Amino acid sequence: MINLAGRDILHAWGKFVFTGLGLGLLIGVTLSMAGIYRGMVEDAKVLLSNSGAHLWVVQQDTQGPYAESSNLHDDLYRGLLAVPGVARAANVTYFTMQVRRDSGDVRAMVVGIVPGGPGEPGQPGYLVAGRHITRAHYEAVADVTAGLRIGERIKIRRDHYTVVGLTRRMVSSGGDPMVFIPLKDAQEAQFMKDNDAIVRQRRRTTANPAFNRPGAPDVLEAVIASQNTNPYVNAVLVQLAPGRDPEAVAADIRRWKRLSVFTRAQMEDILVGKLIATSARQIGMFLVILSTVSAAIVAFIIYTLTLGKIREIAVLKLIGTRNRTIAGMIMQQAVGLGVIGFVVGKIAATFWAPIFPKYVLLLPGDAALGFVAVVVICVLSSIMAIRAALKVDPAEAIGG
Amino acid sequence: MAQAGVRINGLLKRYGTGDAAVDALKGVDMQVAPGEVVGLIGPSGSGKSTLLKCLGAVIEPTAGRMTLGEVVIYDGRWQIRDLRTLRRDKIGFVFQAPYLIPFLDVTDNVALLPMLAGRPNGEARHRARQLLEALDVGHRAEAMPAQLSGGEQQRVAIARALVNRPPLILADEPTAPLDSERALTVIQILNQMAAQYETAVIVVTHDEKIIPTFKRIYHIRDGRTHEQAGEGRIMQ
Repeated sequence: MINLAGRDILHAWGKFVFTGLGLGLLIGVTLSMAGIYRGMVEDAKVLLSNSGAHLWVVQQDTQGPYAESSNLHDDLYRGLLAVPGVARAANVTYFTMQVRRDSGDVRAMVVGIVPGGPGEPGQPGYLVAGRHITRAHYEAVADVTAGLRIGERIKIRRDHYTVVGLTRRMVSSGGDPMVFIPLKDAQEAQFMKDNDAIVRQRRRTTANPAFNRPGAPDVLEAVIASQNTNPYVNAVLVQLAPGRDPEAVAADIRRWKRLSVFTRAQMEDILVGKLIATSARQIGMFLVILSTVSAAIVAFIIYTLTLGKIREIAVLKLIGTRNRTIAGMIMQQAVGLGVIGFVVGKIAATFWAPIFPKYVLLLPGDAALGFVAVVVICVLSSIMAIRAALKVDPAEAIGG
Repeated sequence: MAQAGVRINGLLKRYGTGDAAVDALKGVDMQVAPGEVVGLIGPSGSGKSTLLKCLGAVIEPTAGRMTLGEVVIYDGRWQIRDLRTLRRDKIGFVFQAPYLIPFLDVTDNVALLPMLAGRPNGEARHRARQLLEALDVGHRAEAMPAQLSGGEQQRVAIARALVNRPPLILADEPTAPLDSERALTVIQILNQMAAQYETAVIVVTHDEKIIPTFKRIYHIRDGRTHEQAGEGRIMQ
């Protein structure tokens, strides 16, 4: 038996290919949306993996450092090192700001880390160029998506830093590239005031009789000195000794140090389940809308193509073609259109994914799921056309 | 007349019910022998199309009896369950316009019917080509319908109607879009094929130029048929 759908597609291939191209671009956008969501999840996981931590210790009753603001004293890590099972602990700070460079500025998450070699908690996992931060001040390592170059001078608050290394896949949950600087610099930069603000603060403190008491000038000096230093960090990253149970060590820290502690799985839940949940819902809505639009387009095209063949369908029915043969022809054409669209969409998404500013991860599993969805949508979309075709009266071929 | 290819007795078709009922056919009698081509002539609204649809098993008559060869296909109700198969295997259709399937080449347009009947593609195509040769369009076997002239398309449509060797062919104004020469050629072909394949052919027409070619003509008026001898002039 002849494949009627195939013959029709070959006969009107231009119409099918160009329609498939249009549909394919829509499918490409749909696949890219899924890829953007996957990219966000992957970025979150890579962020956690590259931090090198097994536990995140933060201020009590907060979900920091990525989800909420958290402040801990910077000497707290010493106490954590004494907890059984803790191998290494390091302070870390996070804050988002515009990092200035000669040619403008770039939005980045500035991460304050304790200078040291690879493996130290908080250090970027690996570099694609240059070296790690080895000096206590004014060096930076940046994610490549920040667009910085080795040796470039950048300005954070009032201080200048030299980019000594480049890393990759180190972005915040919002997609901002990370710029790593020494912890002390970061602590200062995080709360640094401008000169006028410092003068105003000093004047206010001096005018306060509680601090500026006659006969006790040292009090005023001590208060002013404390106002210009920042002994806080946002979190302490902890690495465990081999074989230690993260839950057990976390429980000890919670009990004895009165702090909030998160394991890797819990941090993943916070990042994926809370921080990017709204974005995921947004993308989900886009996926639903795009799928609906794709379905409507396929349905409209197949319906229009079918209406254009009503007379032929009447003749086919009159000469004894079974309804299932006609339904099969329409359904195969719809699926054919979907397959053309999917191939075009997959190729388009693969080519334009690297151009996106945020990481787009196109998983083969998502593509397979997308293909199944396209086929299902095409089959469902062809129902309207099939109904129209099956309603055609063979008597229409005779006329009268 | 010899054994009937198709025989119709007292065929009645009523549309609607009660006061709104309209009898489109009021007891039609008709008989066409195998190999015979008869004309069915009548003004608009006389019941030609209704009779054709009843004969083509497309609409169900209200009463009467229809026999195709030795098989009673209608006797107060359909006697055959699968009308689709009846149409495919026992009735050939030729329309005013050829209505060829535009995305199939000439051979496959003709071979489609035997393929639908379950014949192997090779056998169906072989039979189609034989018919196309017989109808003098064998040289266009690989062409698409849009590449054919109107006369060639109508020949292909006749080949399609004949390919399953049906005992009955219903032709609805088959010469309407053709000039005199081509119209007469089509009628000549129908006569030849009817004789060769022992097929009864009923041609519905208004076409004055082909009416003289029929040996017998049925006039239909107000749902009733009247038989009349025709001139039977076939130009060679």
